[in-house]
Amino acid sequence: MRKGVLRPGHIQLRVLDLEASVEHYVELLGLHETDRDEQGRVYLKAWSEVDKFSLVLREANEPGMDFMAFKVVDDATLETLTADIEAFGLEVTHKAAGDLKDCGRRIQFTAPSGHVFELYAEKTYTGKWGVEETNPEAWPRALRGMKAVRFDHCLLYGDELAKTFDLFVDVLGFYLAEQVIDPDGNRIAQFLTLSMKAHDIAFIQHEEKAKFHHASFFLETWEDILRAADLISMTDTSLDIGPTRHGITHGKTIYFFDPSGNRNEVFAGGDYMYPDHNPITWKAEDLGKAIFYHDRVLNERFLTVLT
Amino acid sequence: MSDYVITEQHSQQSFTCKQDEFVLKAMENHGLHAIAVGCRGGGCGVCRVKVIAGSYECARMSKAQVSTEQQQQGYALACRLKPTSDLIIECSPSPLAITGLTGVAKAKPKHTEVIK
Repeated sequence: MRKGVLRPGHIQLRVLDLEASVEHYVELLGLHETDRDEQGRVYLKAWSEVDKFSLVLREANEPGMDFMAFKVVDDATLETLTADIEAFGLEVTHKAAGDLKDCGRRIQFTAPSGHVFELYAEKTYTGKWGVEETNPEAWPRALRGMKAVRFDHCLLYGDELAKTFDLFVDVLGFYLAEQVIDPDGNRIAQFLTLSMKAHDIAFIQHEEKAKFHHASFFLETWEDILRAADLISMTDTSLDIGPTRHGITHGKTIYFFDPSGNRNEVFAGGDYMYPDHNPITWKAEDLGKAIFYHDRVLNERFLTVLT
Repeated sequence: MSDYVITEQHSQQSFTCKQDEFVLKAMENHGLHAIAVGCRGGGCGVCRVKVIAGSYECARMSKAQVSTEQQQQGYALACRLKPTSDLIIECSPSPLAITGLTGVAKAKPKHTEVIK
C-alpha cells in the first residue's frame, strides 16, 4: 500500500579523488554539476531530473555509499513515516534543512541490511536541464558523454533481507517486482519498486552488511548502451560486463566502475509493473540466466566486487 | 623508460610492467590471471597483494581494504601499485572482499569459482 514515498531522490557516494570522479560523472556519464558546498561536496544531476541534484560526491578514505534518499510527498508524510519507522524499531536521526545544500530537512535510518537511507520532502526545483517547461524540445543539444537521462536505482548487498523487505514494503510502501528464491525457499534477492519501474531499489543477500553494488542511470535505447560501451573504451574506463541483457527486469545493460571502484550501470528498456502484478520469481539454480540473460553464467566479479 | 619484472609467488607467473604503469593493468595486458581483477580503482580489495621484495609507489586506495598499518607492512592493491624496481608479490585478497562469497554464490556453486 502506498505510504507517500514518491521516488528515488539522491545518493551520496564516497570517492578517493574528487576531481577525477567529477570528470567521470560529468564527461563520461553526462551529468551536470549543479553546486558545491563548504564541506567540499559536489552536487550533480542528470538532465531530465527536475530537482537540483541526485548525486552527491564526497572525498573520503574509502569509497562506497554514504546513503540513498527517497522523496516523500510532503512534510506531514515525513512526520508520519518518522513515527512508523520508529515503531518498526529503528532509530531515526534528523538532518536540518540546508545540511545538504538546497534540500529540506531529512530523516535518516539504518535498514536491517546495514545501509543508511533518508527521506525528505523538499528540494529546490530547478526544472529539467536545458529544456523549457512549455513547448519543450526533445532533448538538450549540449549533452556530453553517455547523456544519462536520470539516476534510476541502486543495487545494494547486505544481510537480513527479510527484515529489510518488511521495512520497505510494510512501512515505506514499496512493492515486490521481482525476486530470486533459493531451493530452501529463502528470498536471496528482492527488487522493489514505488512506480511502474522494475526497480527503484534492489537488495542481494550478502554476509557483510552495508555494501554498495551499483548506482544505475537510465538511457533510452540499446543503441545508447552500445554508444556507452564505445565511450568506456575511448576513455579506458574500467569495464565490468556488457553490453548484455538481464533476465531479471529484462533491462539492456552495461556495467563499469568510477575511478574509485564504485560500480555504475547504464541501462535501457526493461519490464514495467503495476501494483496488482504478481511478482516475477527467478530460481537461484538459474541465477546465471537471471542476471546475465545471454551468457547464462554468473561472473565472480558481479558477486564479490563491492565498495 | 624501464620495464620491471613482476613475479607473483603463488602462481609463479612473471610479467613485465613499465615504470608508471599499474601492476594489475600490466598483468591484464599480458593476458595473465595471477591476480584477481576487481574494480581496478582501489576500492574493492579483490586484487590485494603483499609485496615480498622490491620498491614501489601506491596511488590512493581504500583504507577499508588496506589500512595505513597494512600499507606499512607491504600490502597494496595491485591496481594502485606502481613498481620502482623488480617486484616479488603474493596475492592476499582483503578478508572483506573474500566474504563476497555469499549466500548467492553458495546457492549456485557451479557458476562460481573461488578466488585464490
